[in-house]
Amino acid sequence: MHKELEEYKGKLPDKLLEEIEEKCPAGKLKKVVAKVYEEYEQARVDPGEAVGLVAAESIGEPGTQMTLNTFHFAGVAEMNVTMGLPRIIEILDGRKEISTPMMEIYLKKPYNQGDGIKDVAEAIRQTPAGEFVEEFSINVVDMQIDVRLNKERMKTAGLTTAIVTKQLEKGLRDANVKVKDDDIILKLKSKDVKGLNELYALREKAKGVYVKGIKGITQVLPVKRKGEFIIITAGSNLEKVLELDFVDTERTTTNDINEILNVLGVEAARTSILNEIDKVTEAQGLNIDHRHIMLVADTMCASGCVKGITRYGVVSEKSSVLARASFETPIKHIVDAALVGEVDYLNSVVENVMLNQYVPIGTGLPGLVTRQIKKKE
Amino acid sequence: MTAESPVRPVTLTMAKKTTTVYDVTKHHLVPEHKKLSEKDTEELLKDYSITAKELPKILSSDPAIQHLDVKEGDIIKITRENPHSGNSLFYRRVTNG
Repeated sequence: MHKELEEYKGKLPDKLLEEIEEKCPAGKLKKVVAKVYEEYEQARVDPGEAVGLVAAESIGEPGTQMTLNTFHFAGVAEMNVTMGLPRIIEILDGRKEISTPMMEIYLKKPYNQGDGIKDVAEAIRQTPAGEFVEEFSINVVDMQIDVRLNKERMKTAGLTTAIVTKQLEKGLRDANVKVKDDDIILKLKSKDVKGLNELYALREKAKGVYVKGIKGITQVLPVKRKGEFIIITAGSNLEKVLELDFVDTERTTTNDINEILNVLGVEAARTSILNEIDKVTEAQGLNIDHRHIMLVADTMCASGCVKGITRYGVVSEKSSVLARASFETPIKHIVDAALVGEVDYLNSVVENVMLNQYVPIGTGLPGLVTRQIKKKE
Repeated sequence: MTAESPVRPVTLTMAKKTTTVYDVTKHHLVPEHKKLSEKDTEELLKDYSITAKELPKILSSDPAIQHLDVKEGDIIKITRENPHSGNSLFYRRVTNG
């Protein structure tokens, strides 16, 4: 780096310095960098600025223009993505269960070229027992269900009768599972079976028993993106997918922030919040400054886990009783605080507004310090 | 309730998961985590004139710091890569909570 730029290191962001060095002729470097520094200092947020308020306005206003719909995913029917305002609300609330979990699975070298991508995708999808069954025939005389398996499908999926039997045993607690020749026979355990209804119910239950694939992944869709094949899924299970040996563990992601928190940690969850909100605003053609979203994401992740902007999340962390009471359910907070004898130090904004006092923001922040000069006698 | 509610301290040792075949730290969403030395910690707190308690937290069970051998009270230095403004530093204090 240039000598003139060296002294601004730490004062200006590295990226700015790089840009100046790249675009500026060496002779004018000193002047330019001084001017940039001046501008940069002016553009900085002043101490005591109410950044949270500005962020709330800046996110809230474009929010009024967002659409309320979900979009269909190009390619397959029934694959929806929640977008727009509902998605923003979902992210900021820090929901544990999101409405349309999705994954983007990147693959390792030989697999991402497209050969046999369908088989790879099928291996990931959660497949219920019903898909490997040729016929469920209900035997009324013996009160049992004869299950004839589809050998061909099982072969392509690499399953044996033994595996299916084992999974059925696990999935159906109230039935005896037996193998007879190539068929599987299901019989209810309880003796007092009155009608056929129980048998029919058992059949429906058997159809949905998990046998293969990754739990939670309901649909798979291989797509080509930037010269390589990736798999987009409906449903998400990051932990189990990352354990697969053909998956690129460095780039595979999910849109479920809580899952990212558990598998990759808070910092990854924070980055993911930023990415997910960016995705929505971009799709809607809105322009929210990145720094507002960063502030929100940092606040949500400050406690080491993801807390939503709700009365159960970030707001419950506030130290002031009055601040908490001013958000939602005021009586509950005030009663609880009275019971334990909580003290409010009135250090923040809302509680001081309530008490008609100066708010510690901007010019209200600094206190006045006087030095008394003793008069000479 | 508040973070400072009177709770009896209990020491729990969590069994660490051993069967991870993938490296969390290499994931593109995970920035670099580093443990701050005692001297650097002092300097940092003096620099910002804060106490360690005022820093944001990170759980000791966080997957991204499992390779670091940390204990409660350590400061983790995080180098975030930001496409908008280049690298930026962030600090978190390890807690068991």
